[in-house]
Amino acid sequence: MSTMRELSKISVRNLDFYYGDHQALKGNTLDISEKRVTAFIGPSGCGKSTHIRTYNRMYEIYKGHRATGEVILDGKNILDPAVDAIELRMKVGMVFQQPTPFPMTIYDNVAYGLKLKGKMGRSELDGRVEDALMRAALWDEVKEKLDVSATALSGGQQQRLCIARAIAPEPEVILMDEPCSALDPVATLKIEELIDALKVNYTIVIVTHNMQQAARVSDYTGFFYMGELVEFEETNVLFTRPAQRRTEDYITGRFG
Amino acid sequence: MNGHTSQRFDQELAQLKSKLLYMGGLVEGMIRDSIQALRNRQSSLAEDVLTKDLTVNRLEVEIDEEAIHILALRQPAAKDLRFITTALKICTDIERIGDEAVNIAERAIELNREPQLKPYIDIPRMAEMAEKMLKDSLDAFVNHNTALALTVCKDDDAIDDLNRQILRELLTYMMEDPACVTRATKIIFVSKYLERIADHSTNIAEMVVYMVEGKIIRHMDIEQI
Repeated sequence: MSTMRELSKISVRNLDFYYGDHQALKGNTLDISEKRVTAFIGPSGCGKSTHIRTYNRMYEIYKGHRATGEVILDGKNILDPAVDAIELRMKVGMVFQQPTPFPMTIYDNVAYGLKLKGKMGRSELDGRVEDALMRAALWDEVKEKLDVSATALSGGQQQRLCIARAIAPEPEVILMDEPCSALDPVATLKIEELIDALKVNYTIVIVTHNMQQAARVSDYTGFFYMGELVEFEETNVLFTRPAQRRTEDYITGRFG
Repeated sequence: MNGHTSQRFDQELAQLKSKLLYMGGLVEGMIRDSIQALRNRQSSLAEDVLTKDLTVNRLEVEIDEEAIHILALRQPAAKDLRFITTALKICTDIERIGDEAVNIAERAIELNREPQLKPYIDIPRMAEMAEKMLKDSLDAFVNHNTALALTVCKDDDAIDDLNRQILRELLTYMMEDPACVTRATKIIFVSKYLERIADHSTNIAEMVVYMVEGKIIRHMDIEQI
């Protein structure tokens, strides 16, 4: 597959996932290219969110959820319990569907993760907060009101704040699970612009129900169906001449 | 093939297809009539061709608008996207074929005003081949038949041969008698128009291969394909 030509940041091998007795992922194998945007599409319940939640072991906080196989990040299988989950999540940040600002000031939202990382002087902290807000394309809108509660921001601003919070600890990978589905079209375009700018420094994996969004923002697209990775290809190939009939039916709106 | 979840989308695609085929059928008839007008010295038939071209032009605009409408509102992907882009391109080729038929009809009207230079033998043969290429390319389009599309690409060579043969023959007429230069030149033009029709039909056939297989074969030797 064409991804092989690029440096792989995450290698997934034979990944199975279980919610108790229910198997939600079946033998997923793929490579996520470094500093590229990879999108996962598929109908509800197909396993795309479950899949990316293994990349930072988000599933661990629930009982009965377990993953087998390998998710290799920089040479280490991060499913191994010996890998520290907090450190892992510093490295693999996540942005969710609903903006989830903490009920605190804009500044503290971004500084929160940094403080977890260890002691840091006020001026360094200020600099890192500003830098993260700049990268999230939010700085100009909030620089005069950093001490205002984050919940006062609009939905789109809150989502960019969450992205700033995710990138502040300098992760290498950013996971986005439906980051725009609660946003209006303009806020959505701003996030998409941001994704494009961020991929220079980060490896981005995005789950989306919006196929046009996957087509617009990603370099690679994977189509999931019933826990299987049906097809994984360069985005422009997948959307113009998919190899699999199920992919074609899904992206052309001929599903079941 | 499964239908779309949106049945209206299916209807829009079906309508686009049937309009293209209607347009193609009209143009096939125009080639036939323009050549018959020449062979049977029947200028009224040539006048009909000029009138039919107005309908073809109108259909071209309608098809363009419908295709653009689908692109804007449906954001088609994969085979639907390939179908729409193919429709947009072959619609232009069909319209140009209509224009070539008009050219033939105009030359026929002019030639019919003068004594016949020679019996028409190769020109009707060539016209029959060109018309068949158009018909085959449209059949290939309807039936997603790439094998048929590839035969159209191959047939183009035979048309080119005939075109050269007609040119040689008429050159000898012109050398023998300068008085027939005007008429001979017009017949050479007709031959060239038919050769262009075959080229446009080949374009259509090449687009059919793209539509079905997602493979672009334009500007390739037939052996490479």
